Amino acid sequence: MNTATQDGSRAPSRLSRLVTRHGRIAPALIFLALFFVMPVSMLFGLSFLDSDGALTLEHYQRLWDKPVYLKVLGITLKTAAWTTVLCILGGYPIAYLLATVAKTTRARLTILVLMPFWTSFLVRTFAWIVLLGRKGAVNTFLLDIGVIEQPIKMIFNFTGVMIGMSHALMPLAVLTMLSVMEGIDANLSKAGSTMGARGGQTFWRIYFPLSVPGIAAGGMLVFITSLGFFITPALLGGARDTMIVQTIIFQIKEILNWGFAGAIGVLLMVAVLIIFFVYDKLLGLSTLSGGEATRAASLSKNPIGYVGAKVGGLFTRGMGTLCEWIGIAIGRLFPRRADKRRADGGRIAIWMVGLLMMGFLALPALFIIPVSFTESGFLGWPPQGFSLKWYQALADTPVWINAALRSFTVAILASSLGMLLGVPAAFMLARSSFTGKGAVFAFLVSPIIIPNIFIAVGLFFLYAKIGLVGTTIGLILGHTVLAIPYVVITVLAVVKGYDQNLDMAASTLGANRKQTFLRVTLPMIRSGMIAAFMFAFIISFDELTIALFVTGGEVTTLPKQMWDDALLRVSPALAAVATLLLLFMSAFILVSEIIKRRAAKRS
Amino acid sequence: MSGENIKLKIRSLRKTYGSVVALDSADIDLRDGEFLTLLGPSGSGKSTLLWAVAGLNDPDSGQIWIDGREATHLPPFQREIGMVFQNYALFPHMTIGQNIGFPLEMRKMNRIDREKAVMRVLDMVKLGHVADRYPQELSGGQQQRIALARAFVYEPSIILMDEPLGALDKKLRDHLQLEIKHLHEQLGVTIMYVTHDQEEAMVMSDRICLMNNARVEQIGTPEDLYFRPNTVFAADFLGESNLVDGVIREVNGNGASVEIGGAGLTRALPNPDLSVGDRVKLMTRPEAIEVLGAGESRPNEVSGILREVIVGGGATKLFVELQGGATMRVTQLTRAATERLSPGVELRLGWEQHAAVVLKHAELESEL
Repeated sequence: MNTATQDGSRAPSRLSRLVTRHGRIAPALIFLALFFVMPVSMLFGLSFLDSDGALTLEHYQRLWDKPVYLKVLGITLKTAAWTTVLCILGGYPIAYLLATVAKTTRARLTILVLMPFWTSFLVRTFAWIVLLGRKGAVNTFLLDIGVIEQPIKMIFNFTGVMIGMSHALMPLAVLTMLSVMEGIDANLSKAGSTMGARGGQTFWRIYFPLSVPGIAAGGMLVFITSLGFFITPALLGGARDTMIVQTIIFQIKEILNWGFAGAIGVLLMVAVLIIFFVYDKLLGLSTLSGGEATRAASLSKNPIGYVGAKVGGLFTRGMGTLCEWIGIAIGRLFPRRADKRRADGGRIAIWMVGLLMMGFLALPALFIIPVSFTESGFLGWPPQGFSLKWYQALADTPVWINAALRSFTVAILASSLGMLLGVPAAFMLARSSFTGKGAVFAFLVSPIIIPNIFIAVGLFFLYAKIGLVGTTIGLILGHTVLAIPYVVITVLAVVKGYDQNLDMAASTLGANRKQTFLRVTLPMIRSGMIAAFMFAFIISFDELTIALFVTGGEVTTLPKQMWDDALLRVSPALAAVATLLLLFMSAFILVSEIIKRRAAKRS
Repeated sequence: MSGENIKLKIRSLRKTYGSVVALDSADIDLRDGEFLTLLGPSGSGKSTLLWAVAGLNDPDSGQIWIDGREATHLPPFQREIGMVFQNYALFPHMTIGQNIGFPLEMRKMNRIDREKAVMRVLDMVKLGHVADRYPQELSGGQQQRIALARAFVYEPSIILMDEPLGALDKKLRDHLQLEIKHLHEQLGVTIMYVTHDQEEAMVMSDRICLMNNARVEQIGTPEDLYFRPNTVFAADFLGESNLVDGVIREVNGNGASVEIGGAGLTRALPNPDLSVGDRVKLMTRPEAIEVLGAGESRPNEVSGILREVIVGGGATKLFVELQGGATMRVTQLTRAATERLSPGVELRLGWEQHAAVVLKHAELESEL
C-alpha cells in the first residue's frame, strides 16, 4: 500500500519532469521529424526501390549510364562555382565598406543590401528580363546611342544565369562576410600602419586573412544555395544551362519517376557533402567559432589545410608586396606633402566600388515599375504611354486575387505555427544546457541548409499518401518547416542578448513568474519576436519550390501563379503583379528593419 | 630648453569631428628620452592628440614635427613611430614571433636578423618562450608585454601608448607601470603616454600634460601639477583638494592675503594673474593641513567644528566645518580609536604658507 502510493506519486512527477525538460523543444523536433526528416528520407529511400518496391540499384545504374546527368551535375557545379566567385568578388567591397564606415552610415547602407535580399527572387528575375532582354532597357539604350547595331544577347544564356544568380545571392554573401568583418578590430589595421605598413600591406597581411572565415562561410552558403537553384536558370538561362534541380522537377512532374528523381537528389547531396568536406579542410569552416588561433592551429594539422594555409600565406604576401610597389609608385608620382591635407584615394575608390555594387543590387528591381504602366501588350523598353489597364486586368482576374489571398493566409498561419514551435525551442536552447544541444540546434536549422527541392518533393510524396496534396493545410505545414529555422535563429539571438538578471531582479521585487514574463521579459524581447514573425512571414510569402509541388489546380499561391505565367510569357500584367509585390515587400522589410533596430537600441 | 633635442613639436593643433571640437590649440614639446603623459578625463582630447601624432587622424590645422621634420599630414607608415593600443591590437592570425617581426618585415629586414631581434625583445620582456604561440593563448598581462615588445623592436623615434594598462586589474597594472618605467630608463626611448588615471601619471611621468575640454590645461612635472596647479580643474583632478571661496585682500612680493568667508585672512603663494579684490578659490591639500594642539601655531590658522571622522585604512579623513560654512578635509594617519577625535569638538587647523595656492574662481574662468 505504502509503496503503491509512493510509486503512484512518483510516476506523475517523473512525467511532469519529462514534460518540463523536453516539453519546450519536443514539439518542434517532432514536427520536423514528421514533415522534414520523414519525407526527405522517403525520397532518398525511393531511389533504392524499383517500381515494384524491391531493392535495386537500377536508378543509379541509369544515372551512371546516361552521361547527360553527370553533365547536368557538372553544369550545376560550374554554375554554383562561378556564382560563388562572382558573389564573393562583388560582395567583398560592399561588406568591407559597410564594416569600415561609421555605425549610423552602416545602418543606412545595410538596408540597400537587405532590400534586395528579401525582395522576391521572381520579381528580381523579371527585372533582369526587363533590363537585359532583346528589347530591354540596356539594349535600347545602347542602340540609341549607337554603340551597337544589333541587340546583344545577354539573357537566355550562361551570362544571364550568372547575372541573375549573382544578383540573387550576393546579399547573402555580403551579410555573411559582414558579420565576420564587424568582429575585426579596426585598431589592427591602424597598428599595422604605425609599424610601417602601407595601405595595401595592412589590407592583405592583416585585414584580409582575418576576413577569410567570412569569405569561407559566405562562399559555402552561396555555393550550397546555388546548387538548389532553378528559378533563375529556368527564366534567364538557355537550354544548355539546365541545373540538376530542373531535372528532378522534370522526372517527377512529367515522367513520375520518383525513384530516379530520388537518385538524382542523392547524387546532388553526395556532391554537396564532398565539397563541404574539402572546403572545411581547406578553409576551416567548422572551427569558425573557435577563434583565429584554433582555426590556424587546426588547419595546420591536416595536409590539405596545411597546403591551403601555405598557399594563402604566399598569396597575401604577394598581393601585399604588389600593392606596396603600386603605393610606392603612386607616392613617387604624387609625393605626399606633410603640410597639406590630402584626400585618401584608396578610400574614395572603395566607396565608389561599394556604391556601384550596391547599385547593382538595389536598382534593377525598380525597372519593373515603369513597364507595369505600359499601354503596349508587350514587355519592352521604353514603356509606351501610361495606362492602368494591367492593374485593372489583375483586379478582374479571380485567379490572382485568390492567389494573393491564399499566399497571405498561408504566410500568416505558417509563421504563427513556426513561432509556436520555434520560440519555446529557442528559449530552451538559449537558457538551458543539455547534452546534444549543438546537434539539436543544427537539426532545427537544417531545413534551410538542405536544398528546398528535397523538402518539396519529399512532402509531395508524403502528401500523396495521406491526401494532403493540393490542400492549403499541406502548404502551411510545408512552409512551417522552413519558418522554424528562421524563427529559432532570430529568437535565439534575442533571448541570448537578454540579461536574465532582470528576471531575477523582478522576482526579488515580488513579481511571480507570469508577472515577470509579461511585465519585464516580454516588453524587452517583443520587437525581436515581431522581427522573427515577419522573417518567417516573408519566407513563406515568397516561397515557390514547395508551392510548386504541394499545390495544384485551384489552390495556388502568388509566387506559383507568377511562375506559371512567366513560363508562358513575361507580360506587363506580370510586371504589375511584381510591382505590387515589390512595394508590399519593401514596406514590410522597412517596417521589420525599423522594429529590429529599435529593439537593438534598447538592449 | 636650448641644447636639448626636441623629438616632437606640436603647434596650435586642432581637430574637429563634425561640430565637436576634439582638440584645440595644443602646443607641446617632447624632449629626447622624455616620458610625457597626457592626462585627463574621457573626452578631454588626450587620445585625439595622441592619434594625431600617430597619423591615425588628420588634424584640421596646426603642425606636428617629428625629429625636426614636419609630419602633420603624413600617413602613419612614414612617421617612424611606435604605438601601443589599449586592447593591444596584436594580430590574432599571426604567432607572437610573426607579430613582433611584422614591423621589421615592413622595413625589409632579412629573416635571420629579424628572428634575432624578435628573440632579443622577447627576452627583454621576459617572454622568450612564447614566440610560436598565438596571442589568444597568452594572458592579458603577457599580451600587453608582447605589445610593448612589438613597439620597441624597431626602435622608433617616439613610442605612443594609448591607455595601455586600462584593461588590466590593479595589481598587474601596478607591476607593469614599473616595468614600462624601467624599459623607458634602460632604453632611453621617448614616450608619450595617455591615461585617465592620475596616480599612474604621477608614478610614471617626467612631465604630465593635463588636458580638459579639448585643451591643454597645464604642462609640468608631477610635482608642479600637484603642488602648484594653475587652475581649479588641475587642483581637483590630481589628488584631493580643499577649495574654499575667498577674496584677495592684499598682494605683495612673497604672497597674497586671502579672506576666506568668515574665517579671517590667510596667506598663500602669489598668483601673478590675480589682483586685489578678485574672487578666488584657495586650494590646500588635505594632508598638508594639521590639527593644532594647545600652544601650537602655524602661519595660517582657521577654526571650525569637527563634523565627521572617516577611517579609510591607513589614512583618516576629518571633515571640519569652518565658521563661514565651508568644509575643509584634513587627512591624518589613522590612530587607535581611543586617540581619535570625536565629532562635535571645536578644532584649530593650520598650514604653512607654501601649502596654499590661490586659483582663479572656476565660474569666472568659464565666463572668460
